[in-house]
Amino acid sequence: MAKGFVSITVERCKGCGFCVEFCPTHVLALSSAYNSKGYHAPHIVSAEKCSGCDLCGMYCPDFAIFGARYAR
Amino acid sequence: MNETTLEVPYEIPVDAHNPVEPFLRMDRMPHIWCPGCGIGTTVNCFTRALLDSKADLDKVAIVSGIGCTGRVAGYASLDSFHTTHGRAIPFATGLKLANPELQVVVYSGDGDLFAIGGNHFIHAARRNMDLKVICVNNLTYAMTGGQTAPTTPSHVISATSPYGVFEPAFNLVALAEAAGASYVARWTTYHVKQLARSMEEVLKKKGFCFIEVLSPCPTLYQRRNKMGDGLDTMKFYKQASKVRHGAPTSECALTKSGEIVVGKFVDRDRPGYFELLNAQMTETLGERYAEPEVVCGNC
Repeated sequence: MAKGFVSITVERCKGCGFCVEFCPTHVLALSSAYNSKGYHAPHIVSAEKCSGCDLCGMYCPDFAIFGARYAR
Repeated sequence: MNETTLEVPYEIPVDAHNPVEPFLRMDRMPHIWCPGCGIGTTVNCFTRALLDSKADLDKVAIVSGIGCTGRVAGYASLDSFHTTHGRAIPFATGLKLANPELQVVVYSGDGDLFAIGGNHFIHAARRNMDLKVICVNNLTYAMTGGQTAPTTPSHVISATSPYGVFEPAFNLVALAEAAGASYVARWTTYHVKQLARSMEEVLKKKGFCFIEVLSPCPTLYQRRNKMGDGLDTMKFYKQASKVRHGAPTSECALTKSGEIVVGKFVDRDRPGYFELLNAQMTETLGERYAEPEVVCGNC
């Protein structure tokens, strides 16, 4: 089971791809779907790998994604 | 309900929220910054630093000048002040003098702090005024259309230099050290963890502190110079930057595509403005001198 999770606010995303590039465990990929502004938001491809480190949240210039660890 | 919550293959706790949100005016989102711009990333680091330093948010004030980075004051849900062009440091100095209890953070861009406001910067550093200056350096005047700024490196194409910049650029970290800053560091938007830690250190340090953050400007700087988008610049930062703590700042000048020296260059203790003021006045006036009283309503 994954240690953490990521939450994405698709409508706020501008598709810069920082989170996809710098995710240390490669949880994300840019989706082929568009949001209402016409950007490709990321989607989760391997949820089980997420460590909840929140590096995606620190990189995201649009405050559209964050990660956290599950409370144990 | 947006489509993400439907797609997510696992459960997100109901009380989970983005750690940035309590520090921002979320009703203003989405912000005006371009896709791939790094200013939002620096804001993330700043909010993490505020969280980790456990600063009293009622006693933190953000002052910004004009420019893309100047918008940070408008988005931060703290006491914030969006000032006239170049005058963020004078306004911040006034704020600090009127209420020394405040933690005053100047958050502005390179054009604002070093072109029109360059004079104020060096004098605040000389006085060792207790301000924390965070300069997001995108190497150009972004909001007005990508003109040559004092920080634009040589050979770069800009709106006002279609055949390449020939003027030597400022080396901001060397300038800050020479002017007398107590703390000087440089990071890029790639170094989020280090930047957040540096900002946290600065929030705990007395005196004039300066952090330069290199940030991509895909719309105006990278596009004219065929440097790709924001992500390409982040990869460039990753590959070209070298951490050298304590490196002599004179050797840390930025070039168009050369090595980027990052790290904490200066961390020293100098007497601050208030200490010097009180010492001098006590010496000359003796008992006739009383330390200035802070009168500021309910603060």
